Amino acid sequence: MRNCLAIFYREVRSYFNSPVAYAILTGFLLIAGYFFYAIISSFLNYTLTASIEAQYYQMAPPIINVNMMALRPFFLNLTVVMIFAVPLITMRLYAEEKKSGTIELLLTSPIRSAETMFGKYLAALVLYITLLASTSIYHIILFIYGNPELGQILTSYLGLIFMGGSFIAVGIFISSLTENQMVAGFVTIIILLLFWIIGWVATFAGPFFGSLLEYISLLNHFDEFGMGVIDIKHIIFYISFISFFLFLTLMFIESAKWRTR
Amino acid sequence: MISVDHLTKYYGAKPAIQDVSFNVKKGEILGFLGPNAAGKTTTMRILTCYMPATEGTATVGGFDVFKDSLEVRKRIGYLPENPPLYTDMTAKGFLEFVAQIKGIERREIKNRLSEVMEKAAITEVANRLIKHLSKGYKQRVGIAQALIHNPEILILDEPTVGLDPKQIIEVREMIKNLGGEHTIILSTHILPEVSMTCERVIIINEGKIVASDTPDNLTKRLKGSESLFVEVEGPRKEIEAKIKSMKGITRVTFQRKTNQNVVGFRVETELHTDLRKELATLVVQQGWGLMELRPMGMSLEEIFLHLTTKEEEVSGA
Repeated sequence: MRNCLAIFYREVRSYFNSPVAYAILTGFLLIAGYFFYAIISSFLNYTLTASIEAQYYQMAPPIINVNMMALRPFFLNLTVVMIFAVPLITMRLYAEEKKSGTIELLLTSPIRSAETMFGKYLAALVLYITLLASTSIYHIILFIYGNPELGQILTSYLGLIFMGGSFIAVGIFISSLTENQMVAGFVTIIILLLFWIIGWVATFAGPFFGSLLEYISLLNHFDEFGMGVIDIKHIIFYISFISFFLFLTLMFIESAKWRTR
Repeated sequence: MISVDHLTKYYGAKPAIQDVSFNVKKGEILGFLGPNAAGKTTTMRILTCYMPATEGTATVGGFDVFKDSLEVRKRIGYLPENPPLYTDMTAKGFLEFVAQIKGIERREIKNRLSEVMEKAAITEVANRLIKHLSKGYKQRVGIAQALIHNPEILILDEPTVGLDPKQIIEVREMIKNLGGEHTIILSTHILPEVSMTCERVIIINEGKIVASDTPDNLTKRLKGSESLFVEVEGPRKEIEAKIKSMKGITRVTFQRKTNQNVVGFRVETELHTDLRKELATLVVQQGWGLMELRPMGMSLEEIFLHLTTKEEEVSGA
């Protein structure tokens, strides 16, 4: 546990003492801000036309929900941005240590591979949650000028944390395979994209594979969080997904200590 | 303290070390001498549990490097060939991190830090980022990193490589002072480094141990000798005595016994003398059977020459 914390602090410091965290944070906020602006603008435009139409036909204005029509698409957009942001966070985790030789220090110190891995995982998760937290300003704006529902916003963030946790697990595994950060980052993006779109072909893949593909699609499990529903089956899916990739990572790192040739 | 038993390591089909065996006593400074790619780093990496051997075993402080790797790692301080430094940290911050993962008690960390920084003479750069330090200081931070948990055993892979002559002298002095308290294995491809710091030397070439002795004896043996291998059918003791009494022979060592009566010797002669004819005559005169007689390729000599050329770079610098 102590070792795990030592690794965690070092990784967090390394993110925030270098331009890494700030570059990702800036880029992310730029894109997220643009999405927020675009979505809210079109939402406002829509409500305006709807109320003018209602007046014209002398009907009661339709009930337009800011949560379903503005926030839900906003969060869905965030998940796509994260597909590109998370690999930038995770690509260095092992690749950098391998390249610079510091992995030799970690592997020859009295510290378990699992402790190293969890420390790194948590550090990446903290940076990821920092990214998410930085978007809270948009909701404050919404609360000042409108009346969105807090519950749905919170479940969406919960869903995003689970989904990002899964992204990080993939990223840390890919990073453990190579000493090249570029390769680690790129391969992670491709794999995350695949997990995102894999559900699209579900309809054509036959009953068994169809439901399987739909099941392993990371995005499908986010949907209900975005609608304000916390369903244990989705949480179980994300936790199993994370555990699976962390297990693979551990096996790969440990295998270096078994391979005798 | 350290015992290595028939260690073999393959990278794919290529052997990096073959059948390496040696022992290190407590407090001893052992030098690992050999040209580049001889297998020094591989051996050290196996001892530090960085990677497993293909065959053979090694124990450190009574613990097997494969089965009790965690215990071994607690007892070893390791400086790899490229010091493993997080360059975006300060020297002090880095050492503090290392202290934590080496399992030093929280309240002792501060004391250990100042002690080690003093030992490695890096106190004045403690708060500077490692990436801004000179090569010599980086190397010293690397040494401090290996010392931080006061390990019983220190394994230093080419600790003086890339340093300027003044720094080299300082580092050697430091290593010498650390002996006695710590058991040290250091590798180098520089001959005088070994004779200056080590009590015992193992020469390794192409993955095999070719000699193991004190630096003085090795220098004597290496300078001015050529070796022959001779296999004779006859009584072992008598043959050995007869060959030894020949003129120009410096040393006879028993090598192998192929069969009941057939024994092989390594015969070292003075430089630039070819005693093959005399040796053959002697064997035949005695009525023994000469089974084999060949020069031993002067492998030691070649390595020595290789090492001495490297030596000049340093002493000339």
